[in-house]
Amino acid sequence: MGLKIDHDACTLCEECIPSCPFGSLEIHSGRLVVLETCTLCGACVPVCPVNALEVEEVERSVGIDPSQWRGIWVFAEQRRGEIQSCSFELLGAARALSEKLNVPVTAVTAVLLGSDVRDPAQLLKAGADEVLYVKNEELSRFGVEPYSKVIARLITERKPEIFLGAATFIGRSLFSRIAVKVQAGLTADCTGLDIDTEKRLLRQTRPAFGGNIMATIVCPEHRPQMATVRPKVMKPLAEPYSSSGTVTELSADSLTNRVKFLEFVLDDTSHANISEADIIVTGGRGLQDPKNFSLIQELADLLGGAVGASRSAVDAGWINYSHQVGQTGRTVSPKIYIALGVSGAIQHLVGMQSSDYIIAVNKDPNAPIFKVADVGIVGDLFEVVPQLVSEIKQRKGVG
Amino acid sequence: MKFIVCIKQVPDTTEVRVDPEKNTLIREGVPAMVNPFDLYAVEEALLFKEKFSGEVIAVSMGPPQAEQALREVISMGVDRAILISDVKFAGADTWATALTLSAAIRKIADYDLILTGKQAADGDTAQVGPGIAEFLDIPQATFVRKVEELDPGARVIRVQSMWEEGSERLELPLPCLISTVKELNEPRLPSLRGKMAAKKAEIPVWTFDDLDVKESDVGLQGSPTQVIKVFPPPAREEGELFADTEPDEAAKIIADRLSAKGLI
Ligand SMILES: Cc1cc2nc3c(=O)[nH]c(=O)nc-3n(C[C@H](O)[C@H](O)[C@H](O)COP(=O)(O)OP(=O)(O)OC[C@H]3O[C@@H](n4cnc5c(N)ncnc54)[C@H](O)[C@@H]3O)c2cc1C
Ligand SMILES: Nc1ncnc2c1ncn2[C@@H]1O[C@H](COP(=O)(O)O)[C@@H](O)[C@H]1O
Repeated sequence: MGLKIDHDACTLCEECIPSCPFGSLEIHSGRLVVLETCTLCGACVPVCPVNALEVEEVERSVGIDPSQWRGIWVFAEQRRGEIQSCSFELLGAARALSEKLNVPVTAVTAVLLGSDVRDPAQLLKAGADEVLYVKNEELSRFGVEPYSKVIARLITERKPEIFLGAATFIGRSLFSRIAVKVQAGLTADCTGLDIDTEKRLLRQTRPAFGGNIMATIVCPEHRPQMATVRPKVMKPLAEPYSSSGTVTELSADSLTNRVKFLEFVLDDTSHANISEADIIVTGGRGLQDPKNFSLIQELADLLGGAVGASRSAVDAGWINYSHQVGQTGRTVSPKIYIALGVSGAIQHLVGMQSSDYIIAVNKDPNAPIFKVADVGIVGDLFEVVPQLVSEIKQRKGVG
Repeated sequence: MKFIVCIKQVPDTTEVRVDPEKNTLIREGVPAMVNPFDLYAVEEALLFKEKFSGEVIAVSMGPPQAEQALREVISMGVDRAILISDVKFAGADTWATALTLSAAIRKIADYDLILTGKQAADGDTAQVGPGIAEFLDIPQATFVRKVEELDPGARVIRVQSMWEEGSERLELPLPCLISTVKELNEPRLPSLRGKMAAKKAEIPVWTFDDLDVKESDVGLQGSPTQVIKVFPPPAREEGELFADTEPDEAAKIIADRLSAKGLI
C-alpha cells in the first residue's frame, strides 16, 4: 500500500512536487521520495509526464458482500412534527439515483422517527416507495443517542445500499454516530450525487478546502454508502410521485438518552434562518451602524428573505452570530444573495460563492465581492438601497 | 478536572487552489495554521481550567509538522500536548481519524470533557467530533454556542447547541464531548510565558505501537471512503459591473433582475 514511484521511469523533472497538497514529494540524493505526510490522495499521479507515479490499490479487509445490500434510504427529518423541506429534496435526488441503479427496481425508503408527525404520507408523494415510521414518544424530538440507535438497528436488519440525510445541524450530528455504529463510510455536505453504473457505486461530490476544491468520493467496500447532502442543492420532484407505497409503523423499545433536553429557544428574529432561505440580504461593515441593519431588514422583508451578515458586522456586535455567513459562520447557497457594504474577503466568499445569483452594492470598485457578483453596482448603499426599496414597493403596488 | 482538546493543523484554505489545467492542487506557499474552530475549543477548556483548576491536554493526529500547531496552543496556556503520528495513520478519513483519536483519548484516560472544533477548515466535515463520541460511547453536544454551566460537583454540563432556527438547551453528564462554534468565546493570544513554555515543551509522539488499534482500522486501509478525483469548482460566469450609474438607475437595474427571477 502506498504511492509507488517507478524510479526507472522518473526523470526527476519535479513536475509532481508542487502538485502535492501536503508537500510530501521531495528529491533526496537524486531520487524522488514520498514523505510520511502523503495521504495517497493521488493528486500527483496525473501530473507526471512519464506515468511514473501510481497509487497502489489497498487491501481492505471487510467481510461484507455488497450485493446483499439493496435500496436507497432517506432520513426524513422532522422538527416539531413537521417534515422538513430538505427531506423532500433528498427524495427527489433518491428517485434519480434509483432510476440509474434500476436492477431490477431500486426502492426508495423514507425513514421517519417521531411520535406525532403530521401526514407521513407526504413522503410517498415526494418520492418514497415506502415509509418506515418508527413511532415512539421518546423520538418525538431529535436526540442523537436514541435516533442513532434506532436507525443503526434498522440498517443492520434491512441492509440498504445507500443512506442519505440532509447536512443540517441534526443530520451532521446524527450521521457520523450512525456511520461509526454500522462501520460505514460517510461523506459530508455533498452537492452532487451520481451513480457509477459499472461498479454500482455512489459518486459523491462535495466542496472541500472552503469551496476552493471539489472532490468526488466513493465508498467501495462498506455498506450502506452514507452521505449528508447540502440543503437547497437537490430539487424535489416537480410532480407528485404516485406509488402504491405504504407507511409502515414500527415500534422501538429500550431507548435511553443520557442527554437531557431542557428547552428549545427559537432565535429572536424571524430573519435568522439563513440556511433555509431562498433569498439572503447581507449587510457588512459598510452599514456603519447597527441601526442601519433595519435597512437590510426592510429589503429582506419585502423580498421574503433572510438577513445575513459579514463577520465584521457580527464582531462589532451589530447582529447575532447566527446570521454570519462565511468560513467561521454558515455556508449558504440561496437562489439570490444580495451583499450590501460587504468587501467580499475570501473568508466571506467561501460561505456564499455557490449562490445561484449574486448582487452586490459597494462603493469601492475594486472590492473583491465584484469578482463573484452577477450584478455589481459601484455606489453608496445608503443611496441605492432606499431607492431599491421604493422601486420594489412601486412594482409590487404596496406602500 | 481533565480537559482534552482535539486540534488539527490545516492549510490556510483560503489560499488553496486547483490548477484549472491540470486539475491538481496548488499548494506552493500555502501556510499551515491551527484550525480556526479548534481555538474556541482550546479557549473554553482554558476558561474551565482557570475556574475549576485541572489540566488541559491537546491532542492532534497528523504528520510530524503538526507539532507546530500543538506548540501554538501550548503558547495559549495548554498544559501538555500529544502528537499522534505514524505513516500507518496517513490517508485516514473521518471514520479512521475518529477511531485513532478515540484510542489515544482512551489511553490518556480519566478525562472529564473532550472538546473539538465544529469542523476542520480543510475537510469541513464536522464528523470527527461525533465519531469520537460514538467510539468512546459518551454523550455529545454539537455546535455549542454557549456553555451555561459546568458543575463539577453534580458532574454535569449545560450547553446551548446551535440549530438553524434557534438553540437547544441541553444537560449532559460528564464525561462527554462538545464541539464548538465561533460564538462561544474570544480565543486569547499567546502570552509571553506561554511562548516560552511552547518553546521548551516536550511533545511526546504516539505511534501505531502506542495505541490499541488494528492496522486494518487506521489510515487509508481503515478508511471506508476514497477520494477518486479533485477538480476546481465550476467557474462563475463573468458578471456585469455598473460603475457610473445613478442610484435610481442602479435600483432599477437590481429590481429588473429580481423581476426576471420572478421575485417582484
Ligand atoms: C480565520 C478567519 C475566519 C473568518 N471568517 C469569516 C466569516 O465566516 N465570515 C466573514 O464574513 N468574514 C470572515 N472573516 C473576516 C474577513 O476576512 C473580513 O474581515 C470580513 O468579511 C470583512 O467584513 P466586511 O466586508 O463587512 O467589512 P469590510 O472589509 O470593512 O468591508 C466593508 C465594505 O463596505 C464598503 N462600503 C462602506 N461604506 C459603504 C457605503 N456607504 N455604500 C456601499 N459600500 C460601502 C467598503 O467599500 C468595503 O468594501 C474571517 C477572517 C479570518 C482570519
Ligand atoms: N487529525 C486530527 N487531529 C486532532 N483533531 C482532529 C483531527 N481531525 C479532526 N479533528 C477534530 O475534529 C473536529 C472536526 O473535524 P472534521 O470532522 O474533520 O471537520 C476538528 O475541529 C478537530 O477538533
